[in-house]
Amino acid sequence: MQNFRLVATDNIVKISSLKKSFDSITVLNDINLNISEGENLVVLGKSGAGKSTLIRCLIGLIKPDEGEICIFGKKMSEISYEELNELRLKMGFLFQNSALYDSMSVRQNLAFPLRRHKKEYSKDQVDLMVEDMLEHVGLKGAIDKMPAELSGGMSKRIGLARTLMLNPAIMLYDEPTGGLDTVTAKEIIQLILDLQKRKKISSLIITHDLACARMTADRIVMIKEGSIVAEGTYEELEKSKDEGICSYLEKS
Amino acid sequence: METARHNRNRTISLTRKWMTDTGDFLLFTLRYFRELIKPPFEWRETIYQCYKSGYTSLPLVGITAFIMGLVLTLQSRPSLSVFGAESLLPGMVSVSVVREIGPVITALICAGKIGSRMGAELGAMRVTEQIDAMEVSAINPYKYLVVTRVTSTTLMLPLLVVVADAISLFASFIAVNIHADVSLLQFFSQAMEKLSYKDVMPALIKSVFFGFAIGTIGCYKGFNAAGGTASVGKAANTAVIVSSLSIFIIDLITVQITDLL
Repeated sequence: MQNFRLVATDNIVKISSLKKSFDSITVLNDINLNISEGENLVVLGKSGAGKSTLIRCLIGLIKPDEGEICIFGKKMSEISYEELNELRLKMGFLFQNSALYDSMSVRQNLAFPLRRHKKEYSKDQVDLMVEDMLEHVGLKGAIDKMPAELSGGMSKRIGLARTLMLNPAIMLYDEPTGGLDTVTAKEIIQLILDLQKRKKISSLIITHDLACARMTADRIVMIKEGSIVAEGTYEELEKSKDEGICSYLEKS
Repeated sequence: METARHNRNRTISLTRKWMTDTGDFLLFTLRYFRELIKPPFEWRETIYQCYKSGYTSLPLVGITAFIMGLVLTLQSRPSLSVFGAESLLPGMVSVSVVREIGPVITALICAGKIGSRMGAELGAMRVTEQIDAMEVSAINPYKYLVVTRVTSTTLMLPLLVVVADAISLFASFIAVNIHADVSLLQFFSQAMEKLSYKDVMPALIKSVFFGFAIGTIGCYKGFNAAGGTASVGKAANTAVIVSSLSIFIIDLITVQITDLL
């Protein structure tokens, strides 16, 4: 592995020696990485490289076979389901296909996590917060629409707005620009950057889109066949003489 | 030789899969009881699901029950006429409908309507990652989606059976009046005369089990759907098949138990 830079700040996420296999196929092999406070870390790699498995292990949707994930000092392997849920409240997850609840309107989608976890808020307060959040993502007009009526870009923004309703400290993005046209992808990237600037949220961005990686990353980790092959800033990776890195950057 | 080995391996793997699925289903069902008593309680969603499972099924159950009562009376009448026992018709219909036909037909209708809806709905939520989205938002999807739905079918099915029985008997009254002049009061007093506590209670109790089976099987199939959109159709389809079959098995068991009492 080519390590261009070591970040020595407070790590809020620490992943060490993570391994995951499905049947006989090794999907993640000895993954070690950290995310510091306020940092945008991009995990870059081809489809099937193990990126989505990594992010799913991080949020507790998949249990790793070996290794440890430590978030805010809590070891995922040692916490109960209730503690895991407490941890999840501090983490936002934007799914590749947005995963909006299709039986609920946009308003209900955004209000849903608040109604479950912030019961102290009145209905009017929740409505106000939903409207504010939609205004922030530029989709106040879509408040009463159903997910089926939204375009891909709009769904992505609403999905992002929904995850932000609980003020997470870490954002996990699974292919945030996947399936979007260049203009919409840029808008989503801008939203991610705004978010980091405004709220100082740490982010882990899983992508195979080089433009997205270049624009959002403070640091990039390149993953290939389940293993980390390079780490550094975009510029550092670009200067690399490694054949694998060069070919990926050129092809992308 | 080769074919025999292949068949043996296939049988072993199918048996293993069946046993694993049965074990998974049992754990899924046991989890229902654990989550049911654990707060917070999803009252609002449970009431909404009761409305969807119960109220929206009323027209279909009602029409089926009406036709069932009408046909049963019209078909039984000639046989009873041979023995001059037409006066027994209300009693015969009421016992058949209340004890057996009402609960079983209502349950089968609900297996088709509610079981397939649950299988497809939860299956679609699974493949489009909506269940995962709930999970990562620290919302227990089992409690929110499964407990509410299973509770609703368990509560609503006995009520639907009562409604279906009443409509069937009313249809029977209409059928009786095609050939004879019998008042509603006279018909129902004759029908009720033949019914006892032992006819009504086992039927209602087995309806509770029917409802529970339809809910758990529909939710299990949908909740565990895997793969693409094809699995949604498969979940809905198998939910109907398995719950329909389980209705007959539960019926057989309850009939045996009732006979012993």
